Amino acid sequence: MDTQDLIRAMAADTRRRALPLGTAWRVAMALALVLAGAVFALALGPRPDALASLETARFVFKFVVTLALAASAFVLLRRLVRPGEEARTPLVWLLAGPLLLIAAVGLELLAVPSADWAARLVGVNARVCLTFIPLIGAAPLVVFLAVLRHGAPARPALAGAVAGLLAGGLAGAFYAAHCPDDSPLFVASWYSLAIAGLAVAGAILAPRVARW
Amino acid sequence: MSGKNERELADLLRAALAGDERCYSAFLDRVAGLVRAYARGKITHGGVDAEDVVQEVLLAIHLKRHTWLPEAPVLPWVYAIARFKLIDAFRRRGRRVEIDVDDIAETFAQPEVETVSARDITRALDGLAPTQRSVVAAISVDGRSVEETARTYAMTEAAVRVALHRGLAAIARRFGRE
Repeated sequence: MDTQDLIRAMAADTRRRALPLGTAWRVAMALALVLAGAVFALALGPRPDALASLETARFVFKFVVTLALAASAFVLLRRLVRPGEEARTPLVWLLAGPLLLIAAVGLELLAVPSADWAARLVGVNARVCLTFIPLIGAAPLVVFLAVLRHGAPARPALAGAVAGLLAGGLAGAFYAAHCPDDSPLFVASWYSLAIAGLAVAGAILAPRVARW
Repeated sequence: MSGKNERELADLLRAALAGDERCYSAFLDRVAGLVRAYARGKITHGGVDAEDVVQEVLLAIHLKRHTWLPEAPVLPWVYAIARFKLIDAFRRRGRRVEIDVDDIAETFAQPEVETVSARDITRALDGLAPTQRSVVAAISVDGRSVEETARTYAMTEAAVRVALHRGLAAIARRFGRE
């Protein structure tokens, strides 16, 4: 089949249209939130004093940092599925979450006597955190990988890792409503570890799943 | 010159996405010329066939045309796909390759025409399911219309379109494995 033949076949296929990426993202986001919310509600549920805790800075900060990560990952990921898009600026924005966290850790170290640091870092819930953030984030990660497959990521491993960060950021935000450990020291160690796990899973899976 | 090229190609692709077959054909034809020049410029040793890369890039453009935003420039999109597919082709041949991301000087390259036409027609169609193969061959190699093909094989036009689309997707997948 020479190239002209191929062009003829593709021209005859003009009318068949794929789902626009914008729609795909809206559906994926809604689906990811519903699935993550369902796993969270069935397995954990919010802690009893969740609403009252909204007045404490440490509790609220857990949402700020996880949602900052999710938002910046989402902006970057939308670019990574389109070939030829500039991705350097949103890549820098991805640092927003980690930088916020570093700043919060600094404040925490100033506010809390050093004798209590270890207790705050270990918390009471580390194992639950390491179990449930990946568990809540797994379904969203699968959904986002499906969008990568629908799109055309020129750097599939990077796109997969960022999909993992997005899934992890969302999962972390849900999990934060349950977890009794509010110290930034705890968030910096255990949330980061759990979310990094999802990012690694995404980076490994995406090049296989989203081949194009 | 490059700006004119960009504008014309974007107009053609916009019309194509709105369903205009002739504009789409013209778009693919011009892109083929640009990608051919690009691939020939990058392939300095044997092992990778430039025309294979051209076909693979065209298929990727076709199957992923929804990843282009109508308000975005079209040439960076085309060359990003071409670069990705070329690197993939080198990798399959076991070569290490470095292609600079900022290497969009090829935007100014002159389009080139296909030289080898004695390509094995059956090769690309070989792996397809029988219906897909008949439909793709009728439309591409024999130049029949969808309507004629539907009549010849006693299929509905919708079924012909589905078989054509699946056939093209299958050819694209095969390229990636060879």
